[in-house]
Amino acid sequence: MILSLKNVSKTFGGVKAVNKCIFEVEENKITSLIGPNGAGKTTVFNIISGLAEPDSGIIRLGSKNITGLAAHKIAKSGISRTFQLTKVFRNLSVRDNMLIAKKASDDEIKRILKSIYFDKPLDTIASELSYGQQRLLELARALLMPHSLLMLDEPTAGVNPKIRQELKTILRNLRKEGKTVFLIEHDMEFVMDISDTVIVLNEGKVLKVGKPKEIVKDRKVLEAYLGK
Amino acid sequence: MIHDFLIYFLLIVLIYTIIVMSFNLAVGFTGLVNLGHMVFFGIGAYASALLALSGAPWYLAVPSSALIAALSGAIIAALTVRLKGDYFQIVTLGLVFIAVTLSRNWISLTRGALGLPGVPPIFKDSLHYMIFVMAVFALSVIFFYWLTNSGTGKIFQAIRDDETASSVLGKNTYFYKILSITISTFFAGLAGSLFVHYIKFVDPTIFDLEFFVLILSMLIAGGLASIQGSIAGVFTLGIFVELIRFIDRVPLLSTVLAQHPELIGASRTMVYSVIVIYLLIFRPRGIFGRVEV
Ligand SMILES: Nc1ncnc2c1ncn2[C@@H]1O[C@H](COP(=O)(O)OP(=O)(O)OP(=O)(O)O)[C@@H](O)[C@H]1O
Ligand SMILES: [Mg+2]
Repeated sequence: MILSLKNVSKTFGGVKAVNKCIFEVEENKITSLIGPNGAGKTTVFNIISGLAEPDSGIIRLGSKNITGLAAHKIAKSGISRTFQLTKVFRNLSVRDNMLIAKKASDDEIKRILKSIYFDKPLDTIASELSYGQQRLLELARALLMPHSLLMLDEPTAGVNPKIRQELKTILRNLRKEGKTVFLIEHDMEFVMDISDTVIVLNEGKVLKVGKPKEIVKDRKVLEAYLGK
Repeated sequence: MIHDFLIYFLLIVLIYTIIVMSFNLAVGFTGLVNLGHMVFFGIGAYASALLALSGAPWYLAVPSSALIAALSGAIIAALTVRLKGDYFQIVTLGLVFIAVTLSRNWISLTRGALGLPGVPPIFKDSLHYMIFVMAVFALSVIFFYWLTNSGTGKIFQAIRDDETASSVLGKNTYFYKILSITISTFFAGLAGSLFVHYIKFVDPTIFDLEFFVLILSMLIAGGLASIQGSIAGVFTLGIFVELIRFIDRVPLLSTVLAQHPELIGASRTMVYSVIVIYLLIFRPRGIFGRVEV
């Protein structure tokens, strides 16, 4: 296990966004975090990556306690992530966006961009890219940053269907390379196809953990999604 | 006469350019809208005046005053850069009022409103001084070009565009924001020092908002996040400002202004505000700007 959360809670005003959350992410696997809108998925990501401080609970990366560490320190410990709403550096070129993640040669940058089917010139200013391309650039940037755990918040949202299929190949290749992928995803076909493990979150609590096949059959999960 | 005016004009423009470039580093390149930037210009001027008046040679007074401004900048930055945009602007604007109050009332140090006259010049004649300032200016331009294209400069720009994304890419944004303000205020202090050795005098009016508005107009006219923009902004507006100096000699206007001398300052501010607005309509990013104002 590479990541573990123990009794993690976070309240915003009166809203219990995350409520005594417990789960683990296994090394060298693809794990998906799913749940209805507002279930607390993004908040869980923000807590793990140090952008939000939990009210209580413990988060470990490997054997290291990373609870409450600053975001840049957690990143340096080996967690790389993307955002639900893309966060590229708008006024920087594609190359400079990548270089913020790591010092790299043009060749290395191009190799990563090519692996995710991004074909715009390195000098293009990020704000001139389409939204889908910006998402890919953000993914490429997260891939370039040295990491042991890659966390993606809805990687298929706003990406065209062809690239959505490619994304599966990309993530499987990462797993082959020994990387661990932890993603939030709304596209169930995508989740069920690619995941080794699925974690279902509802109202800030873990509702169910299991293999994709077990999840689709679970009555509680269906209720959470469809309402009772 | 023309010769003297040209030297005067160049000196002022070169010094202003150092201020505007340093202001641009914070505002345009790092996204830190430090409305108290001119406070550090004033700190440099006062520090240099006090050091020189107490007998320190210029080669000690000038760098020390820049360092004193940078140290003040670092301390202020450490306390304020975590504030969200609007709050950062309000607090840094507040620095101006603190500076005015201190410089007016800390009589034993600043002589209050009387100011500090008799600051010794670095060179006896202004032509030599102009050449000296031009050398400092040239080195500053080279430094700013180098910095803003370096890895550190790119991190500043990344923080400006998206601080959260910078932090999850392993960048200590708190540190880099302090670094940016420290460098920025170093050059503001340096400019203040060069200024006071030329004017040979400093008093609390150095913190006047009218002066700040001029610097801000030059920055915006030239364009954010562009060094050549800052240079162009100062030269363009500088020429207008020098022309506006004679606003009270324009026929018709002169009769009005003679009766209401208090309007002269305001009318100048108005003229360059109009120039900036006019410019921004046609070039929303300023002359050379790369990011939206
Ligand atoms: N910064 C915040 N301030 C206040 N409330 C917040 C904040 N962030 C999240 N919330 C609230 O916490 C709850 C969980 O939000 P979160 O974004 O984590 O859900 P999510 O599972 O990612 O939803 P979605 O599928 O829509 O992205 C929601 O009720 C949301 O309104
Ligand atoms: Mg979300």
